[in-house]
Amino acid sequence: MTRWLSRAYLASVYLLLYLPIVVLVVFSFNDSRTGYAWGGLSLRWYQSLFNNHAMVQAMWNSLWLALSAATVSTLIGALTALALHRYRFRGKKVLNGMLFVVMMSPEIVLAISLLALFLLVGIQLGYVSLLLAHVTFCLPFVVITVMARLSGFDERLPEAARDLGASDFTMTRTVLIPVIMPALMAGWLLGFTLSLDDVVVSTFVSGPSYEILPLRIYSMVRVGLKPEVNAVGTLLLVFSLVMLMLSQWILTRSKR
Amino acid sequence: MKPSPMQQPFRTAVLILVWGWLLFLVLAPNLLVVGASVMSRDPARFLSLPLNLDAYRQLLDPLYLEVFLHSLYMAVMTTLACLLVGYPFAWALSRVGKQRQVLLVFLLIVPFWTNSLVRTYALKLILATNGLLNNALLALGWIDEPMKLLYTEGAVIIGLVYLLLPFMILPLYSVFDDLREELLMASHDLGAGRWATFAHVIVPLTLPGVLAGVMLVLLPAMGLFFVPDILGGSRNLLVGNVIKNQFLDARNWPFGAAASILLTLAMAFLLFAHKLSKRRLGEEGGA
Repeated sequence: MTRWLSRAYLASVYLLLYLPIVVLVVFSFNDSRTGYAWGGLSLRWYQSLFNNHAMVQAMWNSLWLALSAATVSTLIGALTALALHRYRFRGKKVLNGMLFVVMMSPEIVLAISLLALFLLVGIQLGYVSLLLAHVTFCLPFVVITVMARLSGFDERLPEAARDLGASDFTMTRTVLIPVIMPALMAGWLLGFTLSLDDVVVSTFVSGPSYEILPLRIYSMVRVGLKPEVNAVGTLLLVFSLVMLMLSQWILTRSKR
Repeated sequence: MKPSPMQQPFRTAVLILVWGWLLFLVLAPNLLVVGASVMSRDPARFLSLPLNLDAYRQLLDPLYLEVFLHSLYMAVMTTLACLLVGYPFAWALSRVGKQRQVLLVFLLIVPFWTNSLVRTYALKLILATNGLLNNALLALGWIDEPMKLLYTEGAVIIGLVYLLLPFMILPLYSVFDDLREELLMASHDLGAGRWATFAHVIVPLTLPGVLAGVMLVLLPAMGLFFVPDILGGSRNLLVGNVIKNQFLDARNWPFGAAASILLTLAMAFLLFAHKLSKRRLGEEGGA
């Protein structure tokens, strides 16, 4: 009886979590203009989406930003994880602490601090400021993913490599990188998705020269309902879901 | 292990890059915010001298104090709702067979990877006056006229719970997953009833999870400014909305910075509480 009850409880919470997503996806194929009543199947909102030049531009901008932010944060994140894992250096705890603070602190706190920095240093708000900001909030997630992989790693391998005369750089390239490759890929995918979905930080550090998709959506949904948003939202959801499944697949496969 | 001279350049380069990035983009910006909060407002150049505590005094202005308290109230309600739904949920989840658990946990992570703005907007489709919920209730004959759900305090709380529930459930799930069956049996064998076992064994052991969940929910629930923008109307603002207004519209940086420091202090407090609960648990476990 309790078993049955707890199953029903789990199911109903999942139902509530997924109901809005299902509604959104279904309504993106709705022919009706008002957006509330069902008016038959149609792809008209997807069509109007791709005919909207500014929207398509924002999509490309977002994709390019996510690609570059994920790549840079994976690079720096991987090096950070390796440094934390292998080197003993002064201020290691401080470094760890800073990464932890970035991850825990409310996004808006990070956002305004970066805005203040960019304006003070004179970095124009646009692609560069967005890239720096996105890499910064993706970084801790990449570090954690890579550290998790490194923690289950046979320490004798790098030592063996060094005993055989490999330099630190060569050892990293030929021994460590292959080992952490799955984590790098998973971290990259996570960074890509985080960047693609971010609203809070981007609101502060983007300028008119570089409009990105979430901000365009944000300005659309503040007033009323826009059926195009159902369509673009569905595309974003599907995209993120594919990324997530890919990353899970990479991580589980590498464990075997 | 003494580093050979060969490995020094690589090591140095890595450390410079990592430290440089974090000092320039994490430490410096945060110090800037602290500095900004004690400077004077300047519409043209954002900030100017003299140094003063006006911004902090303005936090206590009844007008803003009311907004902050209302935001705190909504955040606390959100956190309580998440805890109330999430605690039994995480418990039940940890009891499901291992195979199915993997899938169910995956379903919980999905929201973390998907666009929260889009999902908030999806709620609008359901809560609007002529939205799905009202239409369904009208069709069922449970209500005679549509209820006003959108642009209310309730809508903001629903939106926040919807977005943040997984962040409550995941840390709770991890402590319930670690909870060993033997401990519960031992408690039973020692004569404790169900209630006593819950109060003296389960609650203390899951407390770090509760605090981690509270931390992950309470703070974003004060910062996610787009939720009231989409669901709440102009009356139900969060601290995040105030900070955003001060920085992007009103151009009162010192005040915005002070409000943000308020959030940071709240975070520090919660982190401290979390650490304390874990340490206490560690000591008791070791004894």
